[in-house]
Amino acid sequence: MATELPQPAQSGAPLQQQAPQPTEPMAADSSKIGEAGKAPRSGLRNALGTATTYLVLSALSVIVLFPIYMLLLRALSSPLKYISAGQPLYPVFIEWDVFNRAFGQASLGRSMGLSFVVTFTIVIAQLLTSVLAAYAFAFLEFPLKKLAFVLVIGTLLLPIEVTLIANVEIIRKLQLLNSVQGLTFPFLATAVGIFLIRQGFLGIPRDLRDASELDGYGHMRFLFRVAMPMSKAIIGSFVVIAFLGAWNQYVWPRFATDRGAWQTVQVALRTIGSENPGELNLGFAAAIVASLPLLVLLIFFQRQIVRGLTAGAVKG
Amino acid sequence: MIYTVPLGLLLGVMLAISTHRRLKGIKIFQTIFSSTVASSVAVASVVFITLVNPEIGYFKNVPWLSLRDPNSALFAVSLSSVWQNLGLTFIVVLASLQTVPDELIEAATLDGYGAIRRFWRITVPLISPALLFLGIVLVVNALQAFAQIEILTGGGPGGATETLLFKIADPRGIRPLGIRASYSLGLFVLTAVVAGAQYSIMSKRVHYGD
Repeated sequence: MATELPQPAQSGAPLQQQAPQPTEPMAADSSKIGEAGKAPRSGLRNALGTATTYLVLSALSVIVLFPIYMLLLRALSSPLKYISAGQPLYPVFIEWDVFNRAFGQASLGRSMGLSFVVTFTIVIAQLLTSVLAAYAFAFLEFPLKKLAFVLVIGTLLLPIEVTLIANVEIIRKLQLLNSVQGLTFPFLATAVGIFLIRQGFLGIPRDLRDASELDGYGHMRFLFRVAMPMSKAIIGSFVVIAFLGAWNQYVWPRFATDRGAWQTVQVALRTIGSENPGELNLGFAAAIVASLPLLVLLIFFQRQIVRGLTAGAVKG
Repeated sequence: MIYTVPLGLLLGVMLAISTHRRLKGIKIFQTIFSSTVASSVAVASVVFITLVNPEIGYFKNVPWLSLRDPNSALFAVSLSSVWQNLGLTFIVVLASLQTVPDELIEAATLDGYGAIRRFWRITVPLISPALLFLGIVLVVNALQAFAQIEILTGGGPGGATETLLFKIADPRGIRPLGIRASYSLGLFVLTAVVAGAQYSIMSKRVHYGD
């Protein structure tokens, strides 16, 4: 294997390899805490440092993964037998049918289906409203544009948590409690999407807009043929984080419904399996199932997630 | 819930720094550390039932994680938020670290800067926008904590884990509407201050596309 030779920790600075390091005591320390771009060291120390790094990273991984392992363990073990076995770190009396039962008696299928419907409705509506509004704010001139934009951004100050009581009242008066409409209404448009996509559109040169106008492109054709394809990175990131946000919602669906049949999966997690101590593992199995869509998202759209989550945090 | 912010940031930075290096298999560790981004607050709360629930939790006998003790209950609940937000914190800090130019670190090393001095004088200032952003997101999340409270403690013991939003939402229906509305106003003011700060950061330092 090519990696048997001692490698400088940071391959960018091979020339310094033999140079004595004035910072040796700290460098030793840094192998534990970890420090980007630390000075390369001599062979043996380097190998030791690498081993320590792996050891520390593995220990940290165990800590991060332990809660997930416990969830799997408790989902598969028979709840009562697990406790009478003294809560060991291995599964006891494995019940492989726990997922079947979660879908059967706990009607996990229905709440998962509802979650999908609600999430897709929200994501599609947010995409549509955000793209159109972003287009208007980026390319059109109209009276009170600045004020309108400030108002849109101002809605960031009124998250659903703040307006919860009033909004539940409105939904109740409209008789939309326990309905897909009620579950989605407050989230059909979002300032975050408008802001992000507008930023993307603002990066498109005006000349391009003028050129396509000369070519006879109307607003819609320019939007769909030029502006959106050119901003597909940012639009993709937005769609993925919108999905993440909509799927994970808890507070609104919790209070916009008062019947079990209308609980989204996140809300249903609170009660599944909690009535009967012998069926506690149904709840744990449901939590695993509820995370699967996001796991798939994480695997296939990692780049978009990272870009979406870091928008606003990292200077480009 | 303010526990979560410094602890979560510290852990996220630690994990990000320890995986920000060229090493065989580092991608695996990066994936592991970002994995909790796939968990919602509700899922994380159910996960923590297996750990801190007073009857069936694995750590039910650890005094400083006890949900029965008003002094430790909030800390135990906060840990579930720390864990749930770890993926986000890790991803954002790592992405930010990757924008720190290697040459800058090397130049500082040649100038005789030690590892600790390099970290505080160069790395921290350069990733500070990310830290500020995370600080704000985590503070807002903490202010609006609800699911973890309802699922793990129901506000107990003795109201020790009732957050502002828990009092507003009032799942047990014990508070008059007027009181809940005034709590909402309080939450609005707090969120507004934090969100205002967020907007001013976003408009200055937004990162888009590549």
